[in-house]
Amino acid sequence: MRVGLLVTCLNDALFPDAGKAVVTLLRRLGVDVDFPPGQTCCGQPMVNTGYLDEAVPAVRATVEAFAGYDAVVVPSGSCAGSVRHQHGIVARRAGDPGLAVLADRTYELSEFLVDVLGVTDVGASFPHRVTYHPTCHSLRMLGVGDRPRRLLEQVRGLTLLDLPAAEECCGFGGTFAVKNADTSVSMGSDKVRHVLGTGAEYLVAGDSSCLMHLGGLLRRQRAGVRTAHLAEILAAT
Amino acid sequence: MTAREEVLARVRAAVRDAASVERPTPVPGAAGGVELFCERVADYRAVVEQCTADELPARVAAALSGLTYVVPDGLWLDLPDGVRDEPTLSAAELDGIDAVVTAAAVGIAETGTIVLDHGPGQGRRALTLVPDHHLCLVRADQVVPDVPDAVARLDPSRPLTWISGPSATSDIELTRVEGVHGPRHLHVVVVG
Amino acid sequence: MSTFLGTPPFPQAARTALADPQLRQNLAHATHTIRDKRARVVAEVEDWEALRQAGAAIKDHTLAHLPDYLEQLEAALTAAGAVVHWARDAAEANAVVAAVAKAHDVDEVVKVKSMVTQEIGLNEALAAEGIAAWETDLAELIVQLGDDLPSHILVPAIHRNRAEIRRIFADRMAAAGRPAPDDLTDEPAELAAAARLHLREKFLRAKVGVSGANFAVAESGTLVVVESEGNGRMCLTLPEVLVSVVGIEKVVPSFADLDVLLRLLPRSSTGERMNPYTSMWSGVRSGDGPQEVHVVLLDNGRTNALADDVGRTALRCIRCSACLNACPVYERVGGHAYGSVYPGPIGAILNPLMRGVGTDPQVDSLPYASSLCGRCEEVCPVAIPIPEILVDLRAQVVDAHRGSVTPKPEAIAMKGAAKAFGSGRRLGLSERLTGLALGLARRLPLVSAWTGTRDLPPAPRQSFREWWRDDRP
Repeated sequence: MRVGLLVTCLNDALFPDAGKAVVTLLRRLGVDVDFPPGQTCCGQPMVNTGYLDEAVPAVRATVEAFAGYDAVVVPSGSCAGSVRHQHGIVARRAGDPGLAVLADRTYELSEFLVDVLGVTDVGASFPHRVTYHPTCHSLRMLGVGDRPRRLLEQVRGLTLLDLPAAEECCGFGGTFAVKNADTSVSMGSDKVRHVLGTGAEYLVAGDSSCLMHLGGLLRRQRAGVRTAHLAEILAAT
Repeated sequence: MTAREEVLARVRAAVRDAASVERPTPVPGAAGGVELFCERVADYRAVVEQCTADELPARVAAALSGLTYVVPDGLWLDLPDGVRDEPTLSAAELDGIDAVVTAAAVGIAETGTIVLDHGPGQGRRALTLVPDHHLCLVRADQVVPDVPDAVARLDPSRPLTWISGPSATSDIELTRVEGVHGPRHLHVVVVG
Repeated sequence: MSTFLGTPPFPQAARTALADPQLRQNLAHATHTIRDKRARVVAEVEDWEALRQAGAAIKDHTLAHLPDYLEQLEAALTAAGAVVHWARDAAEANAVVAAVAKAHDVDEVVKVKSMVTQEIGLNEALAAEGIAAWETDLAELIVQLGDDLPSHILVPAIHRNRAEIRRIFADRMAAAGRPAPDDLTDEPAELAAAARLHLREKFLRAKVGVSGANFAVAESGTLVVVESEGNGRMCLTLPEVLVSVVGIEKVVPSFADLDVLLRLLPRSSTGERMNPYTSMWSGVRSGDGPQEVHVVLLDNGRTNALADDVGRTALRCIRCSACLNACPVYERVGGHAYGSVYPGPIGAILNPLMRGVGTDPQVDSLPYASSLCGRCEEVCPVAIPIPEILVDLRAQVVDAHRGSVTPKPEAIAMKGAAKAFGSGRRLGLSERLTGLALGLARRLPLVSAWTGTRDLPPAPRQSFREWWRDDRP
């Protein structure tokens, strides 16, 4: 099985450690993951803002980059959701059904680990207090359910603390975070309050975008809680 | 073009290419009986009791003690002291009467609902609306498990009033208050 | 009487609302209370998902065959003694109601709470004809007496707390009829009792009642009104004349379809197994209730929504308001920020669908009033894919402004992104991506919107693709 990593434009540019962690993790599990360099962005920022024509080149680049791969692994619920549910919209717009072909072989990281590789104990060790925020797109768009929790529960030394109102949106929402910045921050502040209430050292999620938003709020408050991508915890030994 | 022609023309144009969708297969309801019915009526903070046909007159007399009440034609319990709606009572006259006693068409166990079809013993709709107490007599064999069973038994050509507990509102801070405009007291007696 | 005219685009309206801590507190309490109640009664139903898919199918089937069902409804209503009117828009519908009132020489009507009559501005239209329209739902009464605007579909005064309501009753009831008792406290039961007394004289004397309808059954001509307080029954039963304004999307084919919808609606709306009162009537019933019955079938933009291949499913909406209560945006900003009688997620799609995009910046801002978190779709009893429709409407908004002589910075940035993201290799994106992202941020008014309250992440030493290419172990 040829496995390609769709690292996402955000991880590529701003959170490379999340991408590196996926590589470390998958290699440890015996998967020779590849990074096709033709990839750019899944197209989600454009689609979600209404720029369908502008999304076509990005979607095409993504589809072409992963043409030879049996499985596409994405360390992001949101971008995996974009490939699965939005590439079809762009394909219709462009009149090119070929732009929607990745939908059936694209997996969010926790889905790939649990459903394709069949593992929940990935051999990780992370002796810290952690709380997990299930991001909206992983939870409701993809339906990853409790897969991330099951993975975290097997990590040696990790104390998983329940996050109150966990299923509430953090308020990131792509360009929502700047178009409706006040509402976005209000939502994020409530999430941060819940995170701080858990006493966790780390806030973990499967989407760097949400973590960028929440991490930005946490840093501004000098709250001392660090953010980490799910992959970074699962890669830790 | 008349408004009718134009609206219909717009509708036709709008759905010309819409895919047809099959009507759904029935979704079965729950399976409760009289016990559940009584529990669920009580959940609405209505008064509910069960009795035999022999016990009924005494129960009704107790429930109506001290109240003036109107009795619709055709009620299967004889209540000679009740006010009749004959000649038709005005809304103001009804407003001066404390209570009304009626039969029902159907009781729904799952939701604790009584349905009136305003047939014999149930009166026209205003009778069960203006007085502040509604005493409703439901025969045990009129209780059906869930909403689908009730819909199957009812005739839409008749006016229908579905009643689930006393009049209520949650408009102020979502605090439930029983009793706004409809009867503030609902008393259901299940017979048999 | 207040109107929604002049509401600014959503982000500005939201900012104002967010600055009101009392409003935030009232909203959070109310939305969470109903949310929890809904969750409890939905969990009781064995196969809720099958029920909501059945609800969706009933509505989709009806919409696909709407011309036939509308004509069937008209025929059934007429056969049952009702007079059927058709209205292309608000003005035509309002004119029908005013004409009926005038024909009976009345200067007041009593109203059942109805979204559609708010949508068409019926009260204002009747007032212009010298006819007072009394709202009789407790929350609508609070809104009307307070010269306020509704902010929720189910609980229009959700933004008011008990102290505010007591003040409105004490100050304003006298001018509209029976005054509030002198010793009125802010206990909800006392406030409700004051409303009962205030409105009862109006119910008893009213000659003309006005309603909407939750459902209209094509085969039998049966209209359905679902309510809690009994004010609906009063308006539907006591007056001599009844006018019901019904949106054309309210039709269902058969009486049996109500079985599904009456299981879905109360649980989703008030979080009850069943609402206190549901009235069903088919035209005129001799000796019982209004002896003159009018039904106005209204378009007012519904056919625009119906013609939208993606947005059509929004017309499944049964106005339960579960999506409002579930929405993290609505919970924080309330209904007024949406500038319409239809607020929240459903309003963010219905308003643009019915009114069209590309002309009014307020309407154009609504599809963006969502983080696309998906809770609305999850709780919708007829499974309307609200996030998908929001995204489609965003594309419609963007497309409506394509070719503008003064493109927005956002449009220019997106064009730049399209080019940059066209090919990773050819553009040598690897080295430029971080710079590009930050460059994008600077082209938009992004940076200040972000950094006002949030730190930007520190730029990494190298991008992932640089690491993969150069330093991968």
